[in-house]
Amino acid sequence: MNALKFSLISIGIGLLVLAFAHWLGLDYFYFAGYTILQFIVLATAWNILGGYCGYVNFGTAAFFALGAYSSVFMYKFYPLPIPVLILISAVVSGIVGFGMGYLTLRLRGSFFAIATLAMAVVLQTLVINWDYVGGSRGAYILRPEKMEIAGLTINYIEYLFVLMLILAVVALATARTIERSQLGFGFATIRDDEMAAEACGVPTLRLKLIATTLSGAFMGMAGAPFPYYIGYIQPQSAFGLEYAVNSIAMPMIGGTTSWIGPLVGSILLGSAQQYATVTISSAVNLLIVGLMLVAFVIIAPNGLIGLVQKRLRRGPP
Amino acid sequence: MDISWDLLVNAIVAGLLLGAFYAAVTAGVSISFGMLDIVNIAHPAFVILGSYIAYFVNINLGIDPVVVSIAMLPVFYLLGTAVYQVYYLSFEKRGQESLRGLAFFFGLLFVTEVSLILVFGVDYRYVEAAYIGPSINIGLIEMPWRMVVPCLVALALYGALELFVTRTFIGRAIKAVSQDQLALQLMASDPIRIKRIAFGVSIATASVAGALLIIIQPVEPSVGRDYIGRIFAICVLGGLGSIPGALIAAMLLGVVESLTSTFYGPSWAPAVSFGFLLLTLAFRPAGLLGR
Repeated sequence: MNALKFSLISIGIGLLVLAFAHWLGLDYFYFAGYTILQFIVLATAWNILGGYCGYVNFGTAAFFALGAYSSVFMYKFYPLPIPVLILISAVVSGIVGFGMGYLTLRLRGSFFAIATLAMAVVLQTLVINWDYVGGSRGAYILRPEKMEIAGLTINYIEYLFVLMLILAVVALATARTIERSQLGFGFATIRDDEMAAEACGVPTLRLKLIATTLSGAFMGMAGAPFPYYIGYIQPQSAFGLEYAVNSIAMPMIGGTTSWIGPLVGSILLGSAQQYATVTISSAVNLLIVGLMLVAFVIIAPNGLIGLVQKRLRRGPP
Repeated sequence: MDISWDLLVNAIVAGLLLGAFYAAVTAGVSISFGMLDIVNIAHPAFVILGSYIAYFVNINLGIDPVVVSIAMLPVFYLLGTAVYQVYYLSFEKRGQESLRGLAFFFGLLFVTEVSLILVFGVDYRYVEAAYIGPSINIGLIEMPWRMVVPCLVALALYGALELFVTRTFIGRAIKAVSQDQLALQLMASDPIRIKRIAFGVSIATASVAGALLIIIQPVEPSVGRDYIGRIFAICVLGGLGSIPGALIAAMLLGVVESLTSTFYGPSWAPAVSFGFLLLTLAFRPAGLLGR
């Protein structure tokens, strides 16, 4: 299956989802669906660096918030349509990802992870002290109720949902293309044995920088529409640790070596969380995510995909 | 700029006291990350756990938090050895510590934090002791006992750790395992056992650090996150595996943070550690006393 075919099929599936949502006509479906799609983008972005190269990024929340606050800044400075905001956020987060990578990736592997962990705290400090984007009080974003595209009038939430759907398709297609390209094989050599790869002439630093930049950019893109989705943004919610945990847990539970893993993980975990938040409580649902992450990394290191593959290889009993 | 001298001197003294406390929080990571190469980002969660145990016993039985934490040392030690055993069997043995091991500790951090929220709620908790409140004055300098006591306990902890690592057999073995694990095996000593002991000790220090934390400031479950950046910044700046280095780096960070919050406002203080971390990584990755 080539890239074009894959894109067409995923767009087809996307349109089906959209048609189903439209037929359902429930605003709640859009709200819940948006969150799950957002996690698909975040998990896929995390996996480009984490799953393919083997470098852990704990700063998903930071990149996500970077995207969200780029939007807030532009909203106050000069309001632009959201697709443009998404591109701006991609550039900002991509640059930050590149800078972080450049400073820490030349050293021991764990330094990058630690630096991303600390970065979330620092960016949050910056935003709290920056009054222009609302500081610690937060900022309100006024969004219109309806939206007109090509003569069609649709609810604004539906518009956001479509945007996120497109982003998810783009992220998945990118991840899949990388996986089957020379770039992906380069990433895999880094993951398996960086020393040997370096010795064979693989430009490891350059590849790692490509991965951090791409991964950061996608996380920023996922954050860009967030202020419009939520309507009121404050540092606590934009930098929430749940983004970091989920974007690690979802690929880990799904399986990190292929693009299907993050997709499966985020759909399963994302819907389970939507359900648990409504029926139990949001603290308990986070506890479940944490426990599942710990359980999966110990018991099923290759995630659900790994379990299925093992089953298939062994053949029917 | 018109700098008032007593403000400056007071800020520096406060920074040194704060730094000693940071050193106590870092002690465990300087063993686990510095010597054993285990990136235990869940350490702050164990510190917070220590705080809550100190709080719980203090409120119900009125025992001094430091005494509670020392009594809890064996429990934390056992907890540490258990965590290491799981870590070793699941990740280190299979050579998967870099990706899955990190995710494991991250999950552990998260699970501990959320469990504490579920049990105690998100209210700030504090302890009661005779030395919380009054302060001593020496000339211009005012030192609250609330900061002096943790500083003294932290220094005692460092003295004990340094003696343990340099003078005892096990301590020297820990240093050896950090340098060459294979060589230790050839000397007919089990490196895994030594690492288990070392990790146990590293988690045990979290009990003391937790008690000090709740003496210094009221605690809620997510406070620990603010310390992750500081801990690793101190560890890297001090030089990995160097216990005196960690103490010096912690004092330095304490002073710079205290000066920052005195002259620019406390809301900027958390950014200092990150600056330290990035500058160290960019200019001297080996740290101050690193080899």
